[in-house]
Amino acid sequence: MDKILTITPSPHIKQGDSVKKIMYTVIFALLPALAWSFVVFGIPAVVVTLTSVVSCVLIEWLIQKYLMKVEPTINDGSAILTGILLAMNVPAGLPLWIMVVGAVVAIGVGKMSFGGLGQNPFNPALVGRVFLLISFPVQMTTWPNVTQQAVDATSEATPLALVKEGLKSGSTVPEIMQRIPGYDELLLGNFSGSLGEISAALLLLGMVYMLVRKVITWHIPVSIFATVFVFTGILWMVDPMQYADPLFHLLSGGMMLGAIYMATDMVSSPMAKKGQLIYGVGIGLITVSIRLWGAYPEGISFAILIMNAFAPLINNYVKPKRFGEKK
Amino acid sequence: MLKTFKIGGVHPAENKITADKVIKKLPLPKTVTIPVAQHIGAPSKVVVKRGDMVKAGQLIAQSAGFVSTNIHSSVSGKVKKIDSVFDSSGYKKESVVIDVDGDEWAEGIDTSPDLIKTTGLDAKAINKKILEAGIVGLGGATFPTHVKLSPPPGMKAEVLLINGVECEPYLTADHRLMLERGEELLVGIDLLKKALGVDRAVIGIENNKPDAIEHLLVLCEKYSGIEVSPLKVKYPQGGEKQLIKAVTGREVPSGALPIAVGAVVNNVGTALAVYEAVMKNKPLVERIVTVTGKSLANPSNFKVRVGTPVKELIEAAGGLPEDTAKVVSGGPMMGKAVANIDIPVAKGTSGVLIINEEEGHRKEVLNCIRCGRCVGVCPMGLEPFLLMTLAEKKIWEKSEHENVMDCIECGSCSFTCPANRPLLDYIRLGKQTVGGIIRSRK
Repeated sequence: MDKILTITPSPHIKQGDSVKKIMYTVIFALLPALAWSFVVFGIPAVVVTLTSVVSCVLIEWLIQKYLMKVEPTINDGSAILTGILLAMNVPAGLPLWIMVVGAVVAIGVGKMSFGGLGQNPFNPALVGRVFLLISFPVQMTTWPNVTQQAVDATSEATPLALVKEGLKSGSTVPEIMQRIPGYDELLLGNFSGSLGEISAALLLLGMVYMLVRKVITWHIPVSIFATVFVFTGILWMVDPMQYADPLFHLLSGGMMLGAIYMATDMVSSPMAKKGQLIYGVGIGLITVSIRLWGAYPEGISFAILIMNAFAPLINNYVKPKRFGEKK
Repeated sequence: MLKTFKIGGVHPAENKITADKVIKKLPLPKTVTIPVAQHIGAPSKVVVKRGDMVKAGQLIAQSAGFVSTNIHSSVSGKVKKIDSVFDSSGYKKESVVIDVDGDEWAEGIDTSPDLIKTTGLDAKAINKKILEAGIVGLGGATFPTHVKLSPPPGMKAEVLLINGVECEPYLTADHRLMLERGEELLVGIDLLKKALGVDRAVIGIENNKPDAIEHLLVLCEKYSGIEVSPLKVKYPQGGEKQLIKAVTGREVPSGALPIAVGAVVNNVGTALAVYEAVMKNKPLVERIVTVTGKSLANPSNFKVRVGTPVKELIEAAGGLPEDTAKVVSGGPMMGKAVANIDIPVAKGTSGVLIINEEEGHRKEVLNCIRCGRCVGVCPMGLEPFLLMTLAEKKIWEKSEHENVMDCIECGSCSFTCPANRPLLDYIRLGKQTVGGIIRSRK
């Protein structure tokens, strides 16, 4: 017999999905919202994004090549994705050196120090963002004026910040809402904020795409949205003077970007569906708590990082339903 | 809504390229090699010796216990030798090698195509015939059928499930059987019902075989107590526990047998073999085999005598293609890659799949990205990523606690993993080791 046959255990076929495909699907899903931020914020947004992506990829390459001494895996797309997500979490016009620092922390500390893709307990882009937010609070909360913004010419602050500041200075929510763009504006993205905060509609479009491509399931985003809606809804019904309505909470800040693209990061979220629901509810509760009673106007980054820390615990205790389980 | 099982499952490309290929009789080979261990249980004891003349259907190896079965010569001719020969397991097994001479059948075997519908035999007599004819599960597991038909004391079968699911991609042997041998199949099912003492049988067929569903639905009208249940296409629906869940909604408890929920499952091929054994007196010496593959010139369904070298099937289907990487005995999800094509067709050989270079090699293994897809697709509700890690780290106690023994080795986890991780390889290691530990406790 002349032909030498390959022997492997079964199965002998593959579904054909790869890590790379998954990463690029998420990147593709983000593109409409990213493109919109370029339209709204112009060249500074493009520069910030490019800086972030290039730094993330370069840092991953350097660390793998010279520190870990392994074959670099930068073309798997994960560093590009982290770069894009990090950029979408900062204001356009952020000094570029700060952007680079963020990329070093995100990739270097958040990802590679744990061993690279798949090993990191926390979402690397959020590690970078939170590091920047704490280290450079002024630069990280200086949002450029949006040219179409007709409601308030001096409004550099985000809607969430306006609410927080307004309540502190004694105004009621309905008064503050007068100075805040309407829901249609929030949905379409005609207001100021970080690159990825402004277009709920396009981010939702990306979610639908990822759901169709089965890169994510509905469990995490829907459980976050539902929790935020119910939690803020109850408070709003109790006291509409002090608490903004649930729709405002869903459409403002990093809610869409966080719930759809950051909380669903496969590496740092629980694996079983039931666990994902618990994780989503946790993120929703913590986000609302920080927004309403915390020091920061927005809390979803912290909420996701905190629940990231719980993911291994959730994995350990929340098991999928076994077939034929003895009850 | 079509019925299906609830937890997990995948849908691989079906590739049923031989679905409309009528079953052809493969010409007799020059020699056959019949292993004495082609079923689950004790290897049978050879009762012929070198130089003996045998006829087709003549007993050549006798059942060696309750969980064992008889083996018959599939051809007439002279016993050339009794030797150790490689079979699809990759190990050498004791086999009877027979030089073929003519095609003479042992006395009393009816090889005519006439349909016989009635018999005066009772359950006990039917079961005896099944044991004598050496019938084993033809879906691939090759568990002796007479054992399945003898529930342990205190257990009672309520429903007979007939597995016509054929959820493995590529394979069409059962599909063709249902289309071409439908009437005999139903008589066989009737006999199985009688042997079990149940009055209800359900044939589960996936919806990608609408012609078979329709054909059997029409035929079933003449048989009381036999139903057809069309099922949604989902792998591994042909798994015993999944099929029971899909058709009856009952869940076989962890570690228990189907009879625990009153079900007995038999493959359509097995039911046909039962018909032939009881009505035609014909032992299990031939079966239907799908020979298929994307690069194969003439993929076909063949009726093949047990012991025929796989090589002859491939030759008849157009020869081994230039770009062959793997030859698999069985389907692509659970079949076994074989080292050489001289190995014989056994009772459990449902297909011969030729995989080309493009699909025949594994890809580079990457880090687990914890996407959880393996958890989502596992039909037993296990966590393959965890079981793999536990096996890698040799943490057997936790492995047992995480139900590693429940794994049915369907391969959905490895199939779906985007990081190409060899999940099932490690889970098998875990199962074997944990199984050994459990046995040593007793």
